[in-house]
Amino acid sequence: MLSLLVFLPLVAAVVLAAVPRLGDAVARWLWLGVAAVEVVLVGVAWAGFTTPAPGRLALDQQVEWIPGVRSSYHVGVDGLSLPLVAMTAVVFLACAVYSLKEARRPRLHAALLLFLQSVSIGLFVSADLILFFVFFDLSIVAMYFLTAGWGHANAARSALQFFLYTFLGSLALLVGFIGLYVYADPHTFDMLELIAAKPLAGHGLAAGLVLAAILLGLAVKTPTVPFHTWLPPAHTDASSVGSAVLAAVLLKMGTYGFVRIAMPMLPEAWRAWAWVILVVGIVSVLYGALVALAQSNIKRMVAYTSVNHMGYVVMAVGAAGLVAGDAAQARGIAVTGAVTEMVSHGLITAALFLLVGTLHQRAGTYEMAEFGGLARTAPKLAGLFAVGAFASLGLPALSGFIAEFQIFTGSIAVAPVTAIALLGILITAALFLLSLQRIFTGELRGRSFGFADLHPREVWAGGILLGLSLLIGVYPAPLLAVIEPAATAVVTLLGR
Amino acid sequence: MTHTTAAATLTTLLPTNVVANTITSTTGYAAFTLWLLVALPAAAGGLVIVVPAVRRVAAPVAIAVSTVVVAASAVVAVGRPTVAFPFVAGSDFALGVDGLSALLVPTVAVVTLLVLVFAAADVRENRARFNGLMLLFSASASLTATALTLPTLLTGWEVMGATSYALIGFWWWETDRVSAGLTAFLTTRLGDLGLYLAAGAAVAARVGLSLGDLGAAAGSGTGTGAGWSDVIAAGMLVAALGKAAQLPFSFWLSRAMEGPSPVSALLHSAAMVAMGGYLLLRAEPLLTATSWAPTVTAWAGVLTALGLGAVALAQTDLKQLLAASTGSQLGFVVLAAGVGSVAGGTAQLVAHAATKALLFLAAGAWLTALGTKHLDGLLGVARRWPLVGWCATIGAASLAGLPPLSLWATKDAVLAAALEQSPWLYAAGLAAAALSAAYAAKIVVVIWRRPSAVEEGEAQRHLDEEEQGTREVTTWQRIPLLPLAAGAMLLGLLALPPLADAVARTVGGGTDVGASPLELAVSGLIAVVVGLAVWWWGTPSPAWAAGWLGLERAAHRFVVEPTLALARSLDQVDRRLDRGVWALAGAVTGGKQASGSGAQPGHGGLGTAAGTPSDTRGLAGLAARFDQALDDAVHGLTGRIRGLGQLARRPQTGQLHHYYLQAVAFLAALLLLLLLPLMVR
Repeated sequence: MLSLLVFLPLVAAVVLAAVPRLGDAVARWLWLGVAAVEVVLVGVAWAGFTTPAPGRLALDQQVEWIPGVRSSYHVGVDGLSLPLVAMTAVVFLACAVYSLKEARRPRLHAALLLFLQSVSIGLFVSADLILFFVFFDLSIVAMYFLTAGWGHANAARSALQFFLYTFLGSLALLVGFIGLYVYADPHTFDMLELIAAKPLAGHGLAAGLVLAAILLGLAVKTPTVPFHTWLPPAHTDASSVGSAVLAAVLLKMGTYGFVRIAMPMLPEAWRAWAWVILVVGIVSVLYGALVALAQSNIKRMVAYTSVNHMGYVVMAVGAAGLVAGDAAQARGIAVTGAVTEMVSHGLITAALFLLVGTLHQRAGTYEMAEFGGLARTAPKLAGLFAVGAFASLGLPALSGFIAEFQIFTGSIAVAPVTAIALLGILITAALFLLSLQRIFTGELRGRSFGFADLHPREVWAGGILLGLSLLIGVYPAPLLAVIEPAATAVVTLLGR
Repeated sequence: MTHTTAAATLTTLLPTNVVANTITSTTGYAAFTLWLLVALPAAAGGLVIVVPAVRRVAAPVAIAVSTVVVAASAVVAVGRPTVAFPFVAGSDFALGVDGLSALLVPTVAVVTLLVLVFAAADVRENRARFNGLMLLFSASASLTATALTLPTLLTGWEVMGATSYALIGFWWWETDRVSAGLTAFLTTRLGDLGLYLAAGAAVAARVGLSLGDLGAAAGSGTGTGAGWSDVIAAGMLVAALGKAAQLPFSFWLSRAMEGPSPVSALLHSAAMVAMGGYLLLRAEPLLTATSWAPTVTAWAGVLTALGLGAVALAQTDLKQLLAASTGSQLGFVVLAAGVGSVAGGTAQLVAHAATKALLFLAAGAWLTALGTKHLDGLLGVARRWPLVGWCATIGAASLAGLPPLSLWATKDAVLAAALEQSPWLYAAGLAAAALSAAYAAKIVVVIWRRPSAVEEGEAQRHLDEEEQGTREVTTWQRIPLLPLAAGAMLLGLLALPPLADAVARTVGGGTDVGASPLELAVSGLIAVVVGLAVWWWGTPSPAWAAGWLGLERAAHRFVVEPTLALARSLDQVDRRLDRGVWALAGAVTGGKQASGSGAQPGHGGLGTAAGTPSDTRGLAGLAARFDQALDDAVHGLTGRIRGLGQLARRPQTGQLHHYYLQAVAFLAALLLLLLLPLMVR
């Protein structure tokens, strides 16, 4: 089942890449079809999902791969990964819908995105560090080509910066993985065995170094301040679909690594460094929000809000490491919030990037000052962007609130200092409403004249994502029922 | 280690510590009606905005829906149901109707209906958006009023804020109005952060997120509990003061007057602003659980009543006057929460809702007809449209505290409780009541005055200054005024015997004492004397209060501008950080020049060790050369990718083998990456 999820898009990608005779139209629709099938498959998997026993994964499958280092093709899902797999499938479906009119090399574009989908889902279901690492790096490669080949402005430079930066980060990650392997007895790359064994317990310094290497790799990918500088140019210059996937899916690979690898495998070291992680989270929240506030380029602004939102996640997982007294419930709420935030940010930010992309596609610029009164010519865009903006600033009844409310209640209960980060949701509100005001309200001016409103495919792409955000915001129980047990398990593992 | 042993190790760690407060739902038609109360207007609001077929009949749909909501509010006020479903970790989404909400929910529902009827005749453009947003707003107001848990409350509370943003900025093509909505949203959200903080504190004190249980934070006493209850109370207080437009948050309400008048008639009378006062009445036990909160609350309320009373007196714009008066009257509700007069505060809230909705609708009718809301433009307007004039006069008289009208009695119920606490509170409250009488009398004097020739000319100049007036007040604009005028006259009975006792029993809690005949006589006399004084000598107009005490300017100067400046300088830091990273990369790959690659003097620490100014140019040059080399390399690469694309589009050109070759090379590279781990071994 999971392997089908992982490899179906890959097969389609290979077919598209290898058979040039398939026309552009066929390529677009094949991509859409596969993306839709993937969503259905995830739905089936979700319907049949029951929380696995501690130390196990649901739907798991293990095939011998590199026995010499005890690395296997091992996949499975639990409450941490299944929501991310589902979010990934939905985001790629939205991208496929959005790209139905992609004019630039549509066949290769579809192939590359299908490949990227395989890699992304593969990463989230990996239960083996080597497998995880391979998917991690392949995602960087695919993203590089997507940015360089379909981006605009300084796409090549930005793509290279992205590639070099995150690739270096991944090397740090690899070093950390090898550290885990070396200290595990017997040596293994299997995640479940490593979690059960917590290989570096009692090795204070070594554990700290291994955690530092892993944290560095994940911090670059997430990204947190000060390792975030690749993100704004990469987003600004990537295509809309590229930005959507980058923000929605690739950033989550970093945060997912915290809850899947770093916290359960290195609990002692995590607890020792929890304050540092917490502070990095708070700084990312405030710094990301403030720098976003100063942007005049709407896409760059949305990019910086990713730094802010990922800051909430980092802050929450940091707070979860503060094991003092009997605050397990609060720490569980924080981790539940963090995982919810990953899903929520994926849906909302993907929608925002797809919507904002129409500005450049039609008017050739992302500069807010070039627009004004756009709600007159593009009411659908204005409406959807407004919903996306409110979702991103954490308005209740949309998914962002569910995530951030839990992050804040859990974090503040454990570490009251995190209340400072509440200013983040205020600044985010300010910057989104300001951008809404600058672009869409006032007299019709600049490039707003003659601006064509959203096509149905663009409405659908944004609508699917924001509709799901609304659904989660109003009735989060099905999602949280999956996440909560897993989050509680992480907190328990962290307390060992 | 095998999987089974891993599992065995972990089974022992299975968590058993999940604590969640559950709220028991009632069943039956009342429970269903409670869902309906919130879900129906919410769903209808969404449909009215989005679905083209429904858009065309927006106003009838909105009126029909709010009629159903009025009926539903009556059903739940009697049935007192509770409903819940699981929401966030550790808390339900729970609604319930108790005595307090049994009074408030019907109030909000009735005012909503009347305002929508008025608006059907008054709002002539973008009706779908207007009615949809008003329905969404009323759903969130009902949600706020019936919320039983903090996350539920926050949901209603903040959605109320968002819809109010959209309604204030309803005429979005005028940037000032949108910016007024933004001011309102951000100011109230600053207060809302208090509720997030309170939620964190509640989890820390382990009392759960149920509003009814929050008071237990103080009861837990030992160790953690004590301090957290202070945080919870403080958070609630800040959130409520923000929403109720109390000092120092009041300025947003002034800006909010840039929205349509029917919006103010609902948001700034019965809901939104009123919900701030309502939250404090609901949280009254929580306030009294701390040593300081009741006193702070009481003084915040009475000082706002005084300060904004003076502001109202100084206004020359009718809507601005009414807005300041709203903050001032809500000050009495806040005072009530501080002195434990829950029944009196509730009566004040309900009576003020009818009174102020009436006055805002009258102001809206005149604005639509004459195109002005300036007092000089409204001279003698009551003579032109006597029914509206008389209704407005009743509203103003109630506002003035003139016996036997409604706010006279409700205000005194609050002041009587204040006197129990402190004579100073009582004195300040009486002074605020005198101010109310003065600004209310000012309205009455203006609208009934026979203008002299000079004044007539002045009034003419103000005509149509806001919009093109229609010079008529339609029947459907008049009809909603009548029930509201009845409310402004009669709702004071809620604070007088024998109803007052019933109200006190219904809302429960609180330490109401009821106003003595002497107190009622004193305040009534003050209202009469001040009213007559204004009639004879005219109103004093304290110039220092005309600009809303300079609060918005202060907020800009001390909060907004420093934040923007900080944001801009951090943006510069970020760009330097980025350049620093590039320079560092250049230095590393360039080898020996690596010592000190700060991109800018004074900011070198961001890259590596600070470089001296003299070597900056060289390093910048190095970075530039590196950039160039990269660009060349990358351009070559992208050129090839582009070539691939072109080839893909014309596979019949005979260069197909090139394409295959490159595809194979690409796949080989991927394979290499896949096999990388093997080599690592």
